[in-house]
Amino acid sequence: MTLDGLLPELEVVRKDFPILERELAGGFPLVYLDSANTSQKPQVVIDAMVDHLEHHNANVARAMHQLGAESSAAFEEGRDKVAAFLGAPSRDEVVFTKNASEALNLVARVLPLGPGDNVVITEMEHHSNIVPWQLACERTGAELRWFGLNEDGTLDLSNADSLIDEHTRVVAFTWVSNMLGTINPVAELTKRAHAAGALVVVDASQAAPQLPIDLASMSPDSRPDFVAFTGHKVVGPTGIGVLWAREDLLNELPPFLGGGEMIETVTMERTTYAKAPHRFEAGTPPIVEAVGLGAAVDYLSHIGLADIHRHEQTITAYLLEGLASINGVTVLGPLDASQRGGAVAFEVDGVHPHDVAQLLDSRGIAVRAGHHCAKPAHKRFGVQASTRASSYLYTTPAEIDALVEGIGYTQKYFKVV
Amino acid sequence: MTVTSGMDLDALYQEIILDHYRNPLHQGLREPFEAEVHHVNPTCGDEITLRVHLGDGVIDDVSYDAEGCSISQAGASVMSDLVIGKSVDEAMAIHANFLELMQGKGKVVPDEEILEDGIAFAGVAKFPARVKCALLSWMAMKDAVSTALSEGEPHE
Repeated sequence: MTLDGLLPELEVVRKDFPILERELAGGFPLVYLDSANTSQKPQVVIDAMVDHLEHHNANVARAMHQLGAESSAAFEEGRDKVAAFLGAPSRDEVVFTKNASEALNLVARVLPLGPGDNVVITEMEHHSNIVPWQLACERTGAELRWFGLNEDGTLDLSNADSLIDEHTRVVAFTWVSNMLGTINPVAELTKRAHAAGALVVVDASQAAPQLPIDLASMSPDSRPDFVAFTGHKVVGPTGIGVLWAREDLLNELPPFLGGGEMIETVTMERTTYAKAPHRFEAGTPPIVEAVGLGAAVDYLSHIGLADIHRHEQTITAYLLEGLASINGVTVLGPLDASQRGGAVAFEVDGVHPHDVAQLLDSRGIAVRAGHHCAKPAHKRFGVQASTRASSYLYTTPAEIDALVEGIGYTQKYFKVV
Repeated sequence: MTVTSGMDLDALYQEIILDHYRNPLHQGLREPFEAEVHHVNPTCGDEITLRVHLGDGVIDDVSYDAEGCSISQAGASVMSDLVIGKSVDEAMAIHANFLELMQGKGKVVPDEEILEDGIAFAGVAKFPARVKCALLSWMAMKDAVSTALSEGEPHE
């Protein structure tokens, strides 16, 4: 079947991802609905990494030979591609980290905070945008505050004026929720935080894969100051994440990790530091991962983020419709596909999420079950765990049909229908 | 025959396990008790609060409040039914036997004399991701018993 809004060359796109040919136990074809956890990789990313390792491998910046020059150029080209992907005003604003968690920890570690200050987060954050702030507040004596959630899975902004006050130093929130799928009003919240004199940190781990992002086109008052995402969710490799931040801030803030590459000069008494981005890239960076990430974001840009976003919305609408057709299934988060991302968490009455996932897995359908590193958000909705199906640019309506059928099979197996 | 799944699901979800899941034995938190523990499976969020009441080297009661999947819920039911009324030494021997079964990757033949309904978990050992579900309540029981033995004051 076909739906308006799917990627026009979906079958060609699927051929770019070799793993989608996988057959699983019992001869079931892989139905991969766990892309919010990690995305699959196109051949072009795999090839770019293999080519680098086979022909150009050397350390970067410090190797005085031809391979060193090639490797440095390839690594820095990865940075250029990521800068273009984000529409970053400057390439020097792109810092490579290990993952999004490290990027968020970096920010929470270096921003100056003290007693009397407060940090505002939200109840729908991934643990990686909660715990670093708890640690920062414990270390500095700052107060941690958070936005609650409305019943429909959106942020409750009714008390925004009392939460964000003149003592707020940081407002940190996710662009797209990994559990509820909610798309948060980034520009509106950022404007409000900036008006109070606070800095804004956005976790774009779920947004970067599926929303077009153009930082340069955002007006400075509504543009976040820090944006973090991870490579492996944007069809790139694991082991690399990105922190984008305003260049002036990066060059003002103290370093995070000390070591090679982040220095200007070192004596036994003191050290002066390099300018961003190298200031925040101590030690040998993830070189081949940067090459892979560059190829990945190029691939997504070639397909077109606007088209990918439309595809995701179309598949998500079809998924929500399918889930609504099953008695005893409740979706957590917004029910309007245009208001949400492509990760849909749900409950099946009488069957625990682990058991749902196990039954689906036995039919080749890969979903995630558990708290999805968002325990507070689950608690808010009175559930301990959920099952989550998440699509991406290679997902087909037939795969959603397989999921819906698999849930029906699960209900019969557990005799709840 | 129609293929409905590609794995030996029925080995995992034995009828005995599903029965215990639907009608768990000994659940609820009861008094008196000498120790209460709270165990969490951090990767999936399964939780159990478990109390033990010891009398003269014997486990007089195991009571619990658990949230989780069918395997972990049935595990708590089977475990409590097996160890209530046994001496601490006997209970630890059953625990060791069950642990060996779970870590046996499906190669260990369970002893029904010792494990009774617990033999139904033999199939779980073939699903490495689920072994921790089956063991959650056992680990909590062991922890509670050793806490009770070292602290020992009854809570009424």
